[in-house]
Amino acid sequence: MSSHRLAPLAVLAVVAALLPLALTNNFLLNIAIVAGFNAIVCVGLNLLIGFAGQISLGHAGFFGLGAYASAVLVSTYGWPPLAALLAGAVAVGLLAFAVAKPILRLKGHYLAMATLGIGIIISIVLKTETKITGGPDGMPVDSFAVLGFQAYGEKVWYWIVAGLLLVAVWAALNLIDSPAGRALRAVHGAEVAAETLGVDTAGYKVMVFVLSAVMASITGSLSAHYLGFITPSASDFFRSIELVTMVVFGGMASTFGAVVGAVVLTVLPQLLTAFQDYEAMVLGAILMLTMVFMPKGLVPTLSALIAPRRRV
Amino acid sequence: MLKRIVGVLATATAAVGLLAGTASAADLIRIGSFLSATGPASFLGDPEKKVLELYVDKINRDGGINGRKIELIVYDDGADAAKAGSFAKRLIESDKVDVIVGGTTTAATMAAVPLAERAEIPFISLAGAVVIVEPVKKWVFKTPHTDRMAAEKVMLDLKKRGLSKLALLSEDSGFGKSGREETLKVAKERGIEIVADEIYGAKDNDVTAQLTKIRNNGQAQAVLVFGLGQGPVVVTRNYRQLGMSLPLYHGHGVASKDFIKLAGGAAEGVRLPAAGLVVAEQLSNADPQKKVVMAFTETYQKQFQAEPSTFAGHAYDGLMLAVEAIKRAGTTDKAKVRDEIEKTKGYVGTGGTVTMSATDHMGLGLDAFHMVEIKQGNWQLAD
Repeated sequence: MSSHRLAPLAVLAVVAALLPLALTNNFLLNIAIVAGFNAIVCVGLNLLIGFAGQISLGHAGFFGLGAYASAVLVSTYGWPPLAALLAGAVAVGLLAFAVAKPILRLKGHYLAMATLGIGIIISIVLKTETKITGGPDGMPVDSFAVLGFQAYGEKVWYWIVAGLLLVAVWAALNLIDSPAGRALRAVHGAEVAAETLGVDTAGYKVMVFVLSAVMASITGSLSAHYLGFITPSASDFFRSIELVTMVVFGGMASTFGAVVGAVVLTVLPQLLTAFQDYEAMVLGAILMLTMVFMPKGLVPTLSALIAPRRRV
Repeated sequence: MLKRIVGVLATATAAVGLLAGTASAADLIRIGSFLSATGPASFLGDPEKKVLELYVDKINRDGGINGRKIELIVYDDGADAAKAGSFAKRLIESDKVDVIVGGTTTAATMAAVPLAERAEIPFISLAGAVVIVEPVKKWVFKTPHTDRMAAEKVMLDLKKRGLSKLALLSEDSGFGKSGREETLKVAKERGIEIVADEIYGAKDNDVTAQLTKIRNNGQAQAVLVFGLGQGPVVVTRNYRQLGMSLPLYHGHGVASKDFIKLAGGAAEGVRLPAAGLVVAEQLSNADPQKKVVMAFTETYQKQFQAEPSTFAGHAYDGLMLAVEAIKRAGTTDKAKVRDEIEKTKGYVGTGGTVTMSATDHMGLGLDAFHMVEIKQGNWQLAD
C-alpha cells in the first residue's frame, strides 16, 4: 500500500486510540460506538457507491437481517454468538448474490430498484413474523461471548468497534489499490472501455455488492449484541437512506469520507438536541448547505482545500 | 489556515459546551424523559411532552418539591428504539437524572429497561404493553392501562350483553399485535369464541376486504378493532359504508376526540374501554377520580385550547407518581425513591386509582376502565 494512503490510516488509528481520553462517560462512548458501527457499514457501502458506481437502497435490510440472525439464533436457539454472526453473514451474502447476479447484467440503476424492494421486504418480514422476531416491539439480544470472554460494557465495545473499523478501512484501501480495485474504478469511470479491455464488469460489481452486504450484516449482528435490544426499525427504508446520505455527505469514492460522514451524521443529531423543536430543520439545513457548497462531499472538498495540488 | 483552525476550535468548544451545558446546580431534582414527540407516534408523544413541561413549570412556580425545584430534561426519540436507548443512556450517564419518566412506545421503553435496571434508576414508563411490568422488573413502573385490561373490559361487556362470538380485526402495529395476542388469551379464559381473526395495515386507507370477510362470516355477533391513530378511523368508516350493524368495539387506543372528529357520523354507537378522563363531567360526584380529572382537563384546556387525550393523562400520572414518591422519601436517593413508588397506595390519577406492590408495578385494577359509547359526537358512559 502506498504511503499517501497509509498516513491517513495511521491518523485514524491514533484518533481512535486517544479518543477514550476525551470520552469521559458511557454516554459519550456510546455515541462513539454507534458512530463506529455506522462507519463500518459506510466503508462497505462506499465501495459499492463510490467505486462500483452502484447505489443500494437496501443496506439497512442487510444490517437488520444480520442483527436478527444473531438475536434469534443466540437468544431463542442458544447458538454461540460467533456462529450466529457467521451464519447471518453467509445467508446475507447468498441473498445479495442471488439478487445481484441477474440484475447487474443489466445496465443502469436496476440494482437500486432491486435493493429498494428487498430492503422493504426484509423490513416487512421482520415486522410481521411476530412469533420469531417479536414484531414491531422488537426482541432482546443476549450479550456477545466468545471462548468464555464476554463483551460487556461500553469500554470493551469501544475497542472492538475501533479495531474492526481500522480493519475495515485497511481492507477497503487495499482492495481499491489491488487489480480488482483498479478494475472497479474502470467500471465506474467508463464501463464500455473496461469491458473492451476484458474486465468482467458484472462480476466485479456482484463481488463488491456481496462484500458490502456482508459487512452490513456482520455490523448488524455486533450492534444487536451491543444494544441488547433490537426492533425492525433498524432495517427501515429510512435507515438505508441515512446510510447512503452518510456516504454522499462524507464524500463518495473516499474511504475516509465514508468514515467522516458516518461520524458527523451520528454525532450531529446529539449536538442539535439543544435546538429542541427545531432539531430536524437545523439538521436539514446543514445537510443541504453542505451539499450545495461541497457537492463532492466533506472529505474530498476539504482535502482539496488543504492540499490543492495533491489528488486524493 | 490559522483562521480555519480557530474556527474548528470554536466549533469544538461550542459542541462541548452544549454537551456539558446541562450539568450544574446540585440542589435541583432532575427528571429525565425521552418521548416520541415527532415521528409516527407523535400523537402520543407530543401531548406527553407538553404535559410534562406544563406541570413541571407549575410545580416549580408553587415552590418545587420539599423546597427543591425540578429540572426537566426531554429528548425526542422519534419512535426509534435505538435512539431511545441512546437518549436513556444520555439521561443516566451524562445528565445524571434522579428519575426517568418517559418511553412513549413499548419498543422505546423496552430498549431502555435494561439500562435503567443496570444503572439502578427508577423508570416510570408511559407505554402500554404488559411485557413492561410482567415479569416485574425492580426499577421499572408504568402508568397506562394494559391491552390485556382493555380486552378483559370488552369481554365483560360482551357477556353482559349476552354475546359470545367475536370477530377480531387488529392492526399490524406493535400496539395492534400485542392487543391481538392478549385478546386471544383473554377470550379463551372468558369463554368468548373468536370466529374471525383479521389483520389490517396501519397505513391502509381501505379495509373493506377484511370487513367483508367478517360480514360474510355469518357467526360473529360483535366486532373488536385493535389499533391506534388513523387505522381505526378508516375501519369505522368502511364499517358503516358496508352497512354493517353488529356492535362495534375499539381498543383503548382511540380514546381521543380526534377519533370522533375524523370518523364523523360513522363513530356513532362505537363502544370502547376508556379511562375516567374522557368522561370527566359524567363521573358521579362520589367518584374519587372526578376532582382530579376535572382539574387536569381544565388546566390542559386553558393552556392548549384542546381536550386532553388519555395519553396526556399518562404523562401527568407518571410525573405525579415520581413527585409524590420523592416528596415522601424526602430525598432523591434512587433506592428510596424506588421503594416509595412501589409503596404508592390509593393515588388517584387520570388513569384510575393506583395501588402498587412488589408484584404489581402498574397498580391499576379493571375498575380503572369505564365502558363508553360514542353518542352524538361525544363520549357517553355505558356501564
